[in-house]
Amino acid sequence: MELYRSHVLVCGGTGCHSSGSADLIEHFDRELRKFGIENEIKVVQTGCFGLCEVGPIVIVYPEGAFYSRVEDEDVTEIVSEHLVKGRIVNHLLYHDSVDEDHEIKSLDEVPFYQKQERVALRNCGVINPENIDEYIAFDGYMALGKVLTEMTPEEVIDLLKESELRGRGGAGFPAGLKWEFTYRAQGDKKFVACNADEGDPGAFMDRSILEGDPHAVIEAMTIAGYTVGADQGYIYVRAEYPIAVQRLTMAISQAREYGLLGKNILGTDFSFDLELRLGAGAFVCGEETALIASIEGERGEPRPRPPFPAVKGLFGQPTLLNNVETYANIPQIIINGPKWLQSIGTEKSKGTKVFALGGKINNTGLVEVPMGTTLREIIYEIGGGIPNGKTFKAAQTGGPSGGCIPVEHIDTPIDYDSLAAIGSMMGSGGLIVMDEDNCMVDIARFFLEFTVEESCGKCPPCRIGTRRMLDLLNKIAEGKGEEEDLDKLEELGEGIKIASLCGLGQSAPNPVLSTIKYFREEYEEHIRDKKCRAGVCQALLQYIILEDKCRSCGLCAKVCPVNAITGQKKQPYVIDQDPCIKCGACMEKCPFDAIIKR
Amino acid sequence: MMTLKELEKIRQKTLDSVNLRKDRSGTRVVVGMATCGIAAGARPVLTAFLGEIQNRNLKHITVTQTGCIGVCRLEPMVEVYLPGEDKVTYVNMSPEKVKRVVSEHLVNEQVVQEFTIGAVEKID
Amino acid sequence: MEMIKVKIDGMEVEVPVGSTALEAARLANIDIPTLCYLKDINEIGACRMCLVEVEGARALQASCVFPVTDGMNIKTNTPKVRTARKLSLELILSNHDRKCLTCVRNQDCELQDLSRRLGVDDIRFEGERYDKPVDSFSPSIERDPNKCILCRRCVAVCRDVQGIGVIGATERGFDTMVEPAFNMSINDVPCINCGQCIIACPVGALREKDETEKVWDALNNPDLNVVVQTAPAVRVALGEEFGMEMGTRVTGKMVAALRRMGFDRVFDTDFAADLTIMEEGTELLGRLEGGGKLPMITSCSPGWIKYCEHYYPEFLDNLSTCKSPHEMMGAVVKSYYAEKNDWDPAKTFVVSIMPCTAKKFEAKRPELSVSGHPDVDVVLTTRELARMIKEAGMDLTKLPDEDFDPALGDSTGAGVIFGATGGVMEAALRTVHEIVTGEPMENVEVHEVRGIKGVKEAEIKLGDLKVKAAIAHGTANAKALLEQVKSGEKEYHFIEIMGCPGGCVTGGGQPIVKAKTYMEMDPMVVRAKAIYEEDRNLPIRKSHENPSIKKLYEEYLGEPNSKKAHELLHTHYIKRDVY
Repeated sequence: MELYRSHVLVCGGTGCHSSGSADLIEHFDRELRKFGIENEIKVVQTGCFGLCEVGPIVIVYPEGAFYSRVEDEDVTEIVSEHLVKGRIVNHLLYHDSVDEDHEIKSLDEVPFYQKQERVALRNCGVINPENIDEYIAFDGYMALGKVLTEMTPEEVIDLLKESELRGRGGAGFPAGLKWEFTYRAQGDKKFVACNADEGDPGAFMDRSILEGDPHAVIEAMTIAGYTVGADQGYIYVRAEYPIAVQRLTMAISQAREYGLLGKNILGTDFSFDLELRLGAGAFVCGEETALIASIEGERGEPRPRPPFPAVKGLFGQPTLLNNVETYANIPQIIINGPKWLQSIGTEKSKGTKVFALGGKINNTGLVEVPMGTTLREIIYEIGGGIPNGKTFKAAQTGGPSGGCIPVEHIDTPIDYDSLAAIGSMMGSGGLIVMDEDNCMVDIARFFLEFTVEESCGKCPPCRIGTRRMLDLLNKIAEGKGEEEDLDKLEELGEGIKIASLCGLGQSAPNPVLSTIKYFREEYEEHIRDKKCRAGVCQALLQYIILEDKCRSCGLCAKVCPVNAITGQKKQPYVIDQDPCIKCGACMEKCPFDAIIKR
Repeated sequence: MMTLKELEKIRQKTLDSVNLRKDRSGTRVVVGMATCGIAAGARPVLTAFLGEIQNRNLKHITVTQTGCIGVCRLEPMVEVYLPGEDKVTYVNMSPEKVKRVVSEHLVNEQVVQEFTIGAVEKID
Repeated sequence: MEMIKVKIDGMEVEVPVGSTALEAARLANIDIPTLCYLKDINEIGACRMCLVEVEGARALQASCVFPVTDGMNIKTNTPKVRTARKLSLELILSNHDRKCLTCVRNQDCELQDLSRRLGVDDIRFEGERYDKPVDSFSPSIERDPNKCILCRRCVAVCRDVQGIGVIGATERGFDTMVEPAFNMSINDVPCINCGQCIIACPVGALREKDETEKVWDALNNPDLNVVVQTAPAVRVALGEEFGMEMGTRVTGKMVAALRRMGFDRVFDTDFAADLTIMEEGTELLGRLEGGGKLPMITSCSPGWIKYCEHYYPEFLDNLSTCKSPHEMMGAVVKSYYAEKNDWDPAKTFVVSIMPCTAKKFEAKRPELSVSGHPDVDVVLTTRELARMIKEAGMDLTKLPDEDFDPALGDSTGAGVIFGATGGVMEAALRTVHEIVTGEPMENVEVHEVRGIKGVKEAEIKLGDLKVKAAIAHGTANAKALLEQVKSGEKEYHFIEIMGCPGGCVTGGGQPIVKAKTYMEMDPMVVRAKAIYEEDRNLPIRKSHENPSIKKLYEEYLGEPNSKKAHELLHTHYIKRDVY
């Protein structure tokens, strides 16, 4: 293997990919050849660095120079200045990665990364996911080797149980128990499956792991196969994740080539292989029984449990089903031991959790923090706070199944149980920050619209109930709400939670119920005063002409598409609220700022 | 058929090449690569370092470059940082000199005094 | 059977291992409400009506699919359970058209029963409802999506019991529908019109295409000679529509009702069944002796015929060329009988009362007509007949027993047993045995071909001849059997196939049985029992001994499979596409 003096890591995660990182790599290659230094510098496409907000990201080692928002012409500069002449291109560096003396901080000292602890994401942004050797270099497949040569299935299960790892897919079921149930279940054949059908709006940690460290999932699933007694595994991944699919496909074939998948793995008599199954993007297929139905070729609909997949899963056989992030933890736990995981996190939630930061926050992106980190730390210390000096209003965790957390709970240490206690949930780890400009009725409506759209339609509470809740929310947002509607929403919400068949329906009312719980007065304002304090609900807005500022120029009346504005010379113009469609054209047109919205 | 031993071999081999992404502690060789350095022949010096280090399979050594070190007439200049030691600056380097610096300084931790800036400046 | 103890609402009950909470509760005499549940057919826990609380379980459980374990404590009537059930029901009703007064299933509707039972007296969560066109293009089945509650019972029957699957869930969320793919009409997909979906439907979303008005019109037309015939299975089920116990035989009362309605002749399709045996039995012997295509497969069931045309066209030459019995009757009425009575065939109107919706489609096949007139003008199902009798103000239970009209109303026990699976086979054997051996059968009852096993096999000795026979009912069973024949795994001479599981007694045109009843009795068994009783009570039990059949051959047809017989009584089949 060639020795290089410098490595240029270009993020190949979907976020950076979409902002043109593939072109950057080509450009680097071209520029390096121009200077004849292509044999000294290695350009590596890696997985996601997490800080998608400032992508595309390029990191140059050994200096650790963290370049953000890199464009084509920047590549020319980085090559000619940094790589040829050794002068770091300061103006392209990510601002938080440089200290006051313009010294480059190590990545661990950058505020965004400082409080993070990367377990599931440890290789993302570090290795080339398309090169199995690099995974191996960072202890890849060592856990598998250890398990196959030194451990019995029972020992693996005991180790997992002792580590207290809980499933990262949402509900937080103890992983060791799940493995044990599948191990103990009787079946002609057993299966291992990976839920990579990440569907929460805004959540993309599973995608990042698959793109940045696919072998971690493959290794973990192989370990799982050995432990529960399965020789076949399926990864159910969304077809909308083309890069993840491509890297997984490549990784699987590399692992097969190395004999890390297939017959007699590492010379033992254990055999195991993996297949991909592409999902068509139905949110409900993230529910385990629906996922199984979908792999089997049926309509992706959940079925009642019991029987649980551990007993009767794929093709009626015992099936171990974990999600991507859970699997990504496994090799680390095997190598470092259960005590290591136990030392991270809170009493009942061990280890770390990846969150996808989004909404009104400076550093949108992926962060992995120890369980027990507070919302405040995530938002202000890692996320860089709220843009434009606005104030924090609420954070939504757990996607459409979760709830809104108001400012009074911002210091809650985040883990499975504390989130549930305040009416939200961990879910897959979506974390959306809202500020004063967000209307809570509108937020509830947004999430409910999603579940209404994604309900599979099998059971009436979810199919019809969520729709009726949405009808009520729309009514309130349109200023037609009545006092009793809040009670109806709560009754429907509570009823849907207890009556629905699967987790989707059982949690669908959470965004509505939690916003009513914490922001009831905002709902009441919409209903009673017909007012949206955040100015989001269109129907409750009024455009008004300020008499003292109006100079009767008539421009507003001319631009109004529905002739709602009338007036005469030397008289202030007036907007007739009835025909007004709230398009805002008049406000935009007024040269005197005489038109306001309230 | 892959065995654990072979796996370990791959790990070791690749680790050397990817280590510079993680390790900021080990020995660093910094070559002055500004216009002056390049004009004076810094590039063959740099590639010579890379070649020697690879041939000897030395670990935890990063070779990097920097801008103008400041004394252009003494280029090509190279700085060697050993953990816990003072910086040593070699001047008027050539690929031949690199071999000695590697074997004596990097491997045996004996500074090649005659190539250092102190010695050269004294002779002058 | 291994038993376990569970506690239901505080009562301890012993139940067999593997019981569901629903079954366990029945044993404790607690009737948990259900809606989507259909025993052995649709057990998916979707409708949430049967929710119960299980001690230790986080969520409420659908008792229809929840297996109980020893020592389990289940509560079926807690506030939480009542809230969940009632909310689900209220929501279903909020998206239901609620045109109960004008619904064919008024007072025979499981949704109506439930809302009465759960005390839903107000629908608080009104909102948008389905507003979809009714699919009335099929000659057999009409589908009203606005009444559909998405219980999926029809889907399960069509897919699993019949092995067809032309209806399924489409779209998702609030827009979910149960319908054929791509918005197609049920008329444009390879539906076999068996109507099993209708009898699975708890509400009025699926129904037979109503043709009662056509019959009233004909009865009111003085120019027409209106003839009615009734299939064997109708007489053992019609009583249910009038509150009589399942399995009650109402042959005489039915004839009386038809006569009072104004039909000019009341004939028995059993006569035509006897005729079928003569033709089909002769055809079988011809194939056995003359090296014709074997196995020969029966052709009485139009659901099965259409299934074969769509899905197994390679077996079309194996089908007997005999028309189905009621079509034979129509052909005979409009030729032989019309001639004898000096009726104009154009002014002769034949109505068939059938347990079957597929026969509505069959009657419209252009190839089933004699000299330009369709053999049968209208097919009514048992349910439609019941509605007409009620409309005419007759209480079937109080009518006297009357006899069918002579000649074409004369029949034998062999004709009657056509109504149950295995019946055609048994009837054929009774006749063929005698033709081949020249001796009457010792015991006319062939028990090995009776019963509700999906695929039955028998080997019958006819003198030197050993006939290997098989019987399948329900097209999924037929599929399994045909696949074995196709692969060469099995070889038969003669196969009987009925499109509906159980045969005609449980045909898609029969009275609808509520889901709850299936937990107590099996209509296939109970109605078939009545069929065999009817057979036992008849003086003549072999088709070839039917004097009117003999007379028909003497006077008109000559002999079985004669040219004349072929013209009137035989047909051909068409290969149809699947999509």
